[in-house]
Amino acid sequence: MIAIVDYDVGNLKNVYTALGDVGLEGVITRDKKILDQAEAIILPGVGAFSDAMANLRKFDLIDALDANVKKGKFLLGICLGMQLLFDKSYEDGEFSGLSYIPGEIVKFTAPGIKIPHMGWNNLIINRESLLVKNISNEDYVYFVHSYYAVPADFNDVVAYAEYSVKVPGIVQRDNVIGMQFHPEKSSAVGLQLLKNFKEILS
Amino acid sequence: MLTKRIIPCLDVDHGRVVKGKKFQNIQDVADPVELGRYYSEQGADELVFYDITATYEDRDIFINIVEKVAEAIRIPFTIGGGISKVEDFRKVLMAGADKVSVNSSAVKNPQLIREAALKFGSQCVVLSIDAKRNHQGSWDVYVKGGRENTGIDAIAWAQRGQSLGAGEICINSIDTDGVKKGYDLELNKKLSELLTIPIIASGGAGKMQDFADVLKVGADAALAASVFHYKEILISDLKNYLHDQQIPVRRV
Repeated sequence: MIAIVDYDVGNLKNVYTALGDVGLEGVITRDKKILDQAEAIILPGVGAFSDAMANLRKFDLIDALDANVKKGKFLLGICLGMQLLFDKSYEDGEFSGLSYIPGEIVKFTAPGIKIPHMGWNNLIINRESLLVKNISNEDYVYFVHSYYAVPADFNDVVAYAEYSVKVPGIVQRDNVIGMQFHPEKSSAVGLQLLKNFKEILS
Repeated sequence: MLTKRIIPCLDVDHGRVVKGKKFQNIQDVADPVELGRYYSEQGADELVFYDITATYEDRDIFINIVEKVAEAIRIPFTIGGGISKVEDFRKVLMAGADKVSVNSSAVKNPQLIREAALKFGSQCVVLSIDAKRNHQGSWDVYVKGGRENTGIDAIAWAQRGQSLGAGEICINSIDTDGVKKGYDLELNKKLSELLTIPIIASGGAGKMQDFADVLKVGADAALAASVFHYKEILISDLKNYLHDQQIPVRRV
């Protein structure tokens, strides 16, 4: 069972449905006991960084996430959920994150680019990982975001996309994984990535 | 590299797709889920479902369709039609839609854009504008399905929409819509230069070159309905064509 953390940041059903496609049973929950029992935890999310952190605090979920990550349980953050894994974000201020991966979240600033970074972009593999098994540099995934991660150690980046800068698409530091794009909306490539995630768990 | 998007638009009335024929390889061409899946397999980058159901009571049928589409299709989709308050956004987003498009209701109440963007994020707010060229060489915003001229300057409205928090602008040119002689290149070029959010061009696609032309002047995505529904253009062929024109596209 995979716990999909429900902290009032948009619709989580699409993530649930996509997990079903690869034979993973998702449970949409904010119950800490279920987080503790889960095989892995998924932290989805859309919207603003500060609101998302405030909601995690409001539902008293941070300690449970910390404890499970410390135990070695796999945590997958998707979109905003990935950004929360870092130390801090500069989205409309300066806000602390969960600090599982060293680094910061900053806004796209290059002149002449459209913001948000919206649409299908290809993943460029930065380092080997089971997460990108059967994924090539010709594979496209669906992004929509205005801020991106700048990890302290670029070796935490498994794959990135080019959009004025190298935009981390998949990050991994031990048992903590993030995907900036939406695997649940990325057609066959997204499915392959979720399959890879499933294999890592087994 | 970020690719340009090709977006088929499906008009839905009482839960059935209105246009569309000549599809031999799918069973029910009026079923939004079947047709959506077909387009997705062809390589559509996103889908737009536009609810043209006239009566408010029948809106629940449409919500049911949104749920079914979300279960069946793994690409992003936008819902438009009949969205006039934040609660309407919530309903379709919770049913599984990724974005919501507003048109006349935002002209009537521009704060709807801001409220929805604050509540659900800019990424899901698409401002759709029906624009028609006037005699002064600019474009006016029309509402009520293109029947009523508001006298508002379309470019100024698009800029205001961006500052209110829209994540994307869909610009539908009334002059070119249904004529199949190409998109309004001048309007799309102007908007692409002035705005920092993505632009979806709509209205006028007749042949593959029309798509290439509007994407080359700066549009980030091109939307079309009848050329896809009547199978005059296959999305997979279109993507190959655009690729040959050095336009970045995602091919499946």
